[in-house]
Amino acid sequence: MMTKFLSRNRHTVQRLGFSVITLVAVFTVLPIIGTVIYILVKGGSAISWEFLSGFPHDGMRAGGILPAIIGTLYLTLGTAVFSVPLGIAAAIYLSEYARDNQVTRLIRLAIINLAGIPSVVYGLFGLGLFVLFLQFGTSILAASLTLSIMTLPVIISTSEEALRAVPQSFRTVSISLGATRWQTISRIILKEALPGILTGVILGLERAAGETAPILFTGAAFFLPRLPHSAFDATMALPYHLFVISTQVPEMPIQIQYGTALVLLVFVLTMNVIATVIRSRARARRQW
Amino acid sequence: MEKSLSWREFIITRLIQASGYSAILFVALIFFFLLREGLPTLSEVDASSLLNFRWYPIESYFGILPLITGSLVVTLGAALIAVPFGIGTAVYISEIAPRWMREILKPLVELLGGLPSVVLGFLGILVLSPFLRVFLDLPTGLTAFTGSLLLGGIAVPTVVSVAEDALDSVPRAYREGAWALGATKWQTIWRVTLPAAKSGVLTAVMLGVGRAIGETMTVMMVTGNAPVLATSLGSLFSPVRTMTATIAAEMGEVANGSTHYHVLFFIGMVLFIISLVVNVIASSVVFRAKKRAERILS
Repeated sequence: MMTKFLSRNRHTVQRLGFSVITLVAVFTVLPIIGTVIYILVKGGSAISWEFLSGFPHDGMRAGGILPAIIGTLYLTLGTAVFSVPLGIAAAIYLSEYARDNQVTRLIRLAIINLAGIPSVVYGLFGLGLFVLFLQFGTSILAASLTLSIMTLPVIISTSEEALRAVPQSFRTVSISLGATRWQTISRIILKEALPGILTGVILGLERAAGETAPILFTGAAFFLPRLPHSAFDATMALPYHLFVISTQVPEMPIQIQYGTALVLLVFVLTMNVIATVIRSRARARRQW
Repeated sequence: MEKSLSWREFIITRLIQASGYSAILFVALIFFFLLREGLPTLSEVDASSLLNFRWYPIESYFGILPLITGSLVVTLGAALIAVPFGIGTAVYISEIAPRWMREILKPLVELLGGLPSVVLGFLGILVLSPFLRVFLDLPTGLTAFTGSLLLGGIAVPTVVSVAEDALDSVPRAYREGAWALGATKWQTIWRVTLPAAKSGVLTAVMLGVGRAIGETMTVMMVTGNAPVLATSLGSLFSPVRTMTATIAAEMGEVANGSTHYHVLFFIGMVLFIISLVVNVIASSVVFRAKKRAERILS
């Protein structure tokens, strides 16, 4: 009887089902928009030149967040220095050189696993290898290295897909004109795949910029009344600072908390939007 | 292959190859350092007290059971949210939404994936937990349930993108065949497309769950951090403490090389092995995802 009902009223069922699914999608998306708008509104009033360019004082309950902003910039750049060349090279290997054999499969499995390792475990690893074993101390260097390994899988997999999307004929023609394999890759393939690679790199770095757990014990400083002097200095960072002022500091003015959240969000969202724009512009301009 | 490689080309090729192999090296290094710092636990704490229900490191009680059950409760709750919403959204994006809607929804869901977990934890403390405390009439709003809600949100983008890839890779002919036989679009989704994408959707669920188990900052900020053994579903509405949060909260305060330090690495080792198992199983599921390049480049 149920099936009869279903088949007779199948168009009603469809309408009902579609409404439910649409509602589910709406309820998934609304909180995202809500979160962003809420932080923009609540944090907006805290933003001033002093807040962005000043040092924190009175136990971080007053003043600005400059050291945290600069620190996050340093960490993001430091991460890029290691993970971008390594990630792109690994992607070139997988897309242009690797044959379909056991080793390649093992590499792919390793990349998938790197992507799945909890961020706090990266923190432990960074503590064990970079901070203690290699004796970098809690430093920008140790934190950047830890973040780069965490970022690698994102950069490798998006870059590889970008490289693979370049049509095979580009390679064939280049090789037939007498170019070597590396000439073909560096002058033709990389150029064509650049927007896709760039998108992947930015998305990877976006993740690094927003992470807290991997830098907790590798390079984040609770409070630093100055800017870091070298790569061997610890540094304040926006995500860690937000964590500190929202859980560790009693009687923290709510304005500063929302303001810090806003700056972090804008930092990360800007990278996200840039990546999206590069992707869609490349899509529109693509001729193959 | 190429016999006439110039030495420069040779070196570049080797460097690129080394970079390709580096991923294996990093996984091995991570495992090695977790073992190196975590294994001494087994000689310092005997197995029976490790598998105990009392976590009170100051007095040398290192029972990790409450932490494991804490992680389980929060993750289970997160899965109950992320699975229906994630798969529902994936179905909507891939099968129902008009093209322009798809172009808006995909970046939005990706945006959610990019929101720093510390920002979600921050809003969890200030907005969600006071609301839940009043709404559900609880003594505190910092409970496993609060963590589950936020973790569900964090796992959703993973579930959506993998499940959507899986639905996308179902050949169009399957759908057309069903329509030709008189099935409605809804019937086609339920009885043809989703079953055909089953393994991929399962992978999506597993990866989403894996993402939830490993999440650190959000759960540390909103679950109340009480290392109490979770025994029933009622624990969902009381404070708990997860494995990840324990490491993050306590590692900063322990002396290097102490027993407490080793136990924290041991917990990290357990987390690493869990994520290894989840990912190996998920990737061994025979599911040829349509290359994500399509999403990124076309």
